[in-house]
Amino acid sequence: MIANHPRLKELKFTLRRIFGNPLAIIGFSLLLFFIAVAVFAPYIAPPKYEHNPYLMPHKGYSQTPRPPSKQNIFGTTAGQYDIFYGAVWGTRTAFKIGIFVVCIAACIGVILGVISGYYGGIVDELLMRIVDIVFAIPLLVLTMAIVVAFGRGLDKVMIALAMVGWRSYVRVMRSSILTLRELDFVQAARAMGVSNIKIMLRHILPNGIYPVLVMAFMDIGSMVVVAAFMSFVGLGAPKGYADWGQMVALARNYIVGPPDDPLKYWYAIVIPGGCIVLFVLAWNLIGDALRDAFDPKIRRG
Amino acid sequence: MATYIIRRLLLLGVVLFGVSILIFGILMTFSPERRAAAYVSSPQQVKDIPAIVEQFGLDDPFYLQYFRWIKEVFSGNLGWSVVAARPVWDAFWHYFPITLELNLFTSPFIIIFGIWLGTQAGIHRNTFIDHSTRIFAITGWSLPTFLFGLIMLMIFYGYFGIFPPGIISDDLGMFIRENPDRFRQYTHMYTIDGLLNGRLDITLDALKRLFMPVLTQVVVIVALLMRVMRSSMIEEISKEYILTARAKGADKRTIYFKHARKNALIPVVTVAGWLVAFLMEGSIAVEYIFTRQGIGWWLASSAISLDIPVLMGVCLFFGLVYVIANLIIDILYAYIDPRIRLT
Repeated sequence: MIANHPRLKELKFTLRRIFGNPLAIIGFSLLLFFIAVAVFAPYIAPPKYEHNPYLMPHKGYSQTPRPPSKQNIFGTTAGQYDIFYGAVWGTRTAFKIGIFVVCIAACIGVILGVISGYYGGIVDELLMRIVDIVFAIPLLVLTMAIVVAFGRGLDKVMIALAMVGWRSYVRVMRSSILTLRELDFVQAARAMGVSNIKIMLRHILPNGIYPVLVMAFMDIGSMVVVAAFMSFVGLGAPKGYADWGQMVALARNYIVGPPDDPLKYWYAIVIPGGCIVLFVLAWNLIGDALRDAFDPKIRRG
Repeated sequence: MATYIIRRLLLLGVVLFGVSILIFGILMTFSPERRAAAYVSSPQQVKDIPAIVEQFGLDDPFYLQYFRWIKEVFSGNLGWSVVAARPVWDAFWHYFPITLELNLFTSPFIIIFGIWLGTQAGIHRNTFIDHSTRIFAITGWSLPTFLFGLIMLMIFYGYFGIFPPGIISDDLGMFIRENPDRFRQYTHMYTIDGLLNGRLDITLDALKRLFMPVLTQVVVIVALLMRVMRSSMIEEISKEYILTARAKGADKRTIYFKHARKNALIPVVTVAGWLVAFLMEGSIAVEYIFTRQGIGWWLASSAISLDIPVLMGVCLFFGLVYVIANLIIDILYAYIDPRIRLT
């Protein structure tokens, strides 16, 4: 009986569509790898400072990066910070940033979007004008202004991103609700006298949440990129913190090596940079696959 | 159409007013002493800051201060920029052409490649072309602009030594600064000024330095347009009028490029607003990495040195550009698609 439930059948169909996509499998494998690294970070790279494991250990203060060796398998960056340690613990930082920012932004956005789309009228008009105002300034610029106002630091960057990021979810959620609101099954529920709250939670939200879900996956990547850029510029994580963007910043003066060997210090840029790209790629691949799997227009194509 | 435009213009005013309140609200979190810098317009005035706090009433309630500030903005006084060592308004016109030049060179490539690749991917859905453009799009989308720029610098500047960063070589820059009569700066964009003055070497040098920034912007941003064009094309191809055209025996070129693509372009117009935002955001990272002294570089440097008046001014400018760009796009959209303006 339960095996033939339409919801279950739909779920099976969706899962088959997602995992039939080779790019999605690459994305999920990458993500699993990063999750494993983040979870087992204390075993892969035992912290030197128990009280603050995010501080990268360093031996000496020499500004010149050193190539991979037995002690530092990925080499050291400027200030002799161990790149391997930073890469491993940076995974945790990236997850923290992405998930914290997107969860808060999506929650605010979905709630406001549902209210705006379902009630319409003056509430809708007011909310959408506020969204228009926040939308008028590019994400990176507004985040920068907020971080400058609140002071530097990774936590401030995260709060600022969440304060700006919600705006796109409102629009997506609202437009998804506007189309659903007029559909027959919602009208039928309303005619039967189902309460507004129940219609919203049971009928509209489960059907309208998919675009938000896709967007959230893609957004985790972009939020990590913006945070990395903020750290790179010097507004985010402090020096020596295990954050990929900050590690790229440490190596900034070593992009070009001595004239006889211009790519001498490649590891100091490519390793933390590669971590950022692969992390973002994982989320984007999954997001792209989800979009194809959820989109009713091409779903059965 | 006229009422539509008037309504949109009214909304534009509301949004700009909101943006100015938002920006002012964010920066009101500073102490009055820090904010006094916004009213300073020369380095001699810096020591008078306590007097300025008193004089401009920086301890007053929010709305009083807001109206005073907005009055200053309308009279063109945006404060003093420490990074640029000149008033924000002057510095703005100094930096603006550099950013404009970068994006003038970037946007045609994005539009042409985005629409072309998107159309191809849509027509040849689920073939090799579609899959490879999809992989290109997702990879490009995942590349942080600043990182891609750094890698470009490593390869093209460090290893091959062909495309240096900056705006113009030191020698030519010196020549331009010292000979204002022999090299007239009409537009303050070296690529165009070089041509207007008949100095091809300056144009070539500027173009050489533009190559990497433009490439970086295009690779990262083109994905957006490509994907939207693709899905729009797929939707259009599956419509009945295409089926009719096919049944009548029209050849593929006519169907795809004369019928489908024209209609598929309509929804793409709306993404142009996103494009403007991404170009502005991209300029910040690109200019910072390639040390091109434009608006983006100025903003990033000002953020690091807590140069508040600049942040306020640039935020207002970006807001203005974005809102006006969107207004133009909406009017264009209403013009192309009558269904919009009639509802």
